[in-house]
Amino acid sequence: MVAAHQTAAERESHLSVRIPRSATDGVVLERVSKTYGGANGTPVQALGEVDLTITAGEFICIVGASGCGKSTLLRIIGGFERATSGTVRVGDRVVDKPGPDRGFVFQDYGLFPWLTVRDNIAYGPIERGLPRGRVQEITKQFTELVGLERFADQFPHQLSGGMQQRVGIARVLANDPAVLLMDEPFGALDSLTRQTMQEQLCRIWQELKPVVVLVTHSAEEAVYLADRVVVMKGGPSHGIPGHIEKVVPVPLSRPRIVTGTKFNALRREILATIHAPNSGDVSPPEDG
Amino acid sequence: MKRALWALPVPIGIAILWSIAVSQQWITLIPSPLEVLKEMADFTVGGVRRDAYSATFVTHLWASTGRVLAGFAAASAVAVPLGILLGRGKRLAAMIEPTLGVLRPIPVTAWVPLVLILFGLGSRSAVILIFIGSFFPILINTIAGVKGVPRRLTEAAAMLGTSDQAMLYKVVLPAALPSIFAGMRIALGLAWVVLVVGETVGVSTGLGSVITEAREVSRTEVIVTGMVFIGIAGLASDKLLTLLIQKVLGNRPLIVA
Repeated sequence: MVAAHQTAAERESHLSVRIPRSATDGVVLERVSKTYGGANGTPVQALGEVDLTITAGEFICIVGASGCGKSTLLRIIGGFERATSGTVRVGDRVVDKPGPDRGFVFQDYGLFPWLTVRDNIAYGPIERGLPRGRVQEITKQFTELVGLERFADQFPHQLSGGMQQRVGIARVLANDPAVLLMDEPFGALDSLTRQTMQEQLCRIWQELKPVVVLVTHSAEEAVYLADRVVVMKGGPSHGIPGHIEKVVPVPLSRPRIVTGTKFNALRREILATIHAPNSGDVSPPEDG
Repeated sequence: MKRALWALPVPIGIAILWSIAVSQQWITLIPSPLEVLKEMADFTVGGVRRDAYSATFVTHLWASTGRVLAGFAAASAVAVPLGILLGRGKRLAAMIEPTLGVLRPIPVTAWVPLVLILFGLGSRSAVILIFIGSFFPILINTIAGVKGVPRRLTEAAAMLGTSDQAMLYKVVLPAALPSIFAGMRIALGLAWVVLVVGETVGVSTGLGSVITEAREVSRTEVIVTGMVFIGIAGLASDKLLTLLIQKVLGNRPLIVA
């Protein structure tokens, strides 16, 4: 993995500047809410009014039980869904549709099955109209960054889940996004692969420093990765809209030791918040 | 090659049973396999019977292939774009799909009288009938392929910077291609089926017309010969189309996510 040892200046020379991005691009959510039509005509408020300010280069993990609206929130930032009210801003741009400044990594990868690993990674740079030579450089750089140079000519279905997700990550990084949005990116992987992927993601983030917003079910994953862990609760099945219950800063230096005392204290704090009964609940939820 | 050998026992078995059935007179008025083989030899290279059918195979094959290809190509040229439009546009689909739904179950044989009135006796009507027969499988499969493009893929493309206008040829077409090709294969097979109907309408050359004429003069061995050759031609054209599809795809996998 040669690229990991490049200096920032070397990396800069490879990356495009066509995508609007500046080192100060943070993400600001202002009173973002989402209401769905509902099956029998009664509207369902999936997401209450959410406020969140993410500074440039920050790593945020969103945790919460199923149905708390964490994926909806992420998809609103991605521009796949429109907020019913409120605004999402990346830098000074208001989000209204998907775009290459916000790379999205799906749990089910969403790779183009008819393109090789190389062509999947080259897709974004080509769409941005970069000259051929640049596309090749960038593709090579990010193929190496995720350690897939030996598999560059393979098709997605020939790869393991972990490798497919590395392609999923590399293809959005090739667009030099200001924000990396990840919806349970390692949820479909076995625990060993998951650990490796978490370490690699951490390394890549430290090198490229985009804003990362990662949605996960795992408190441990959140504490391992995030600068701040956003704990969400509620959701239609609890009678109150999904909302941010608590934001837990993780003041631990990286690489983090998952067996450390402080690490475990944070993990327990987050789990306790997730498992505490919702104000609308009659009895505490059994899952999670 | 070894695989090819495995294919032999079944037709040989059928020929033996058939031969016994004829010699024991379980069935009558049906020629024996040997007679058919003789006719096949005469039909292709001649020199056995020296009649109107001797050594005319290439002429008939050529005429039939031309009609199949013309009808199939025209059907593809109309059905693929129309299928893409119908798969993409909800309003257009609401306008056109019910009409197509009514037209689809009508068998090609039912079209024969109208087609003859509109296009007259001859090759043109045969091509039109083949067009009608192969049109719907391509259309239905194209619509299904376009509608079946996983939303995840268009989301991925949009997030990587693909505009709505470019989505069609960047994502929808490549993702729908396997389904479109499947429709074309079915249609080409059907085109040979329809050929026999198409060539009853006053054409003098073609494998279908050979069968039609032979029926009028009770030459059953010629009928069976025509049947066998249509089968072989259909199989060969399917193999060729598959080869062509593989050429187009290169080493790309023929799967949808």
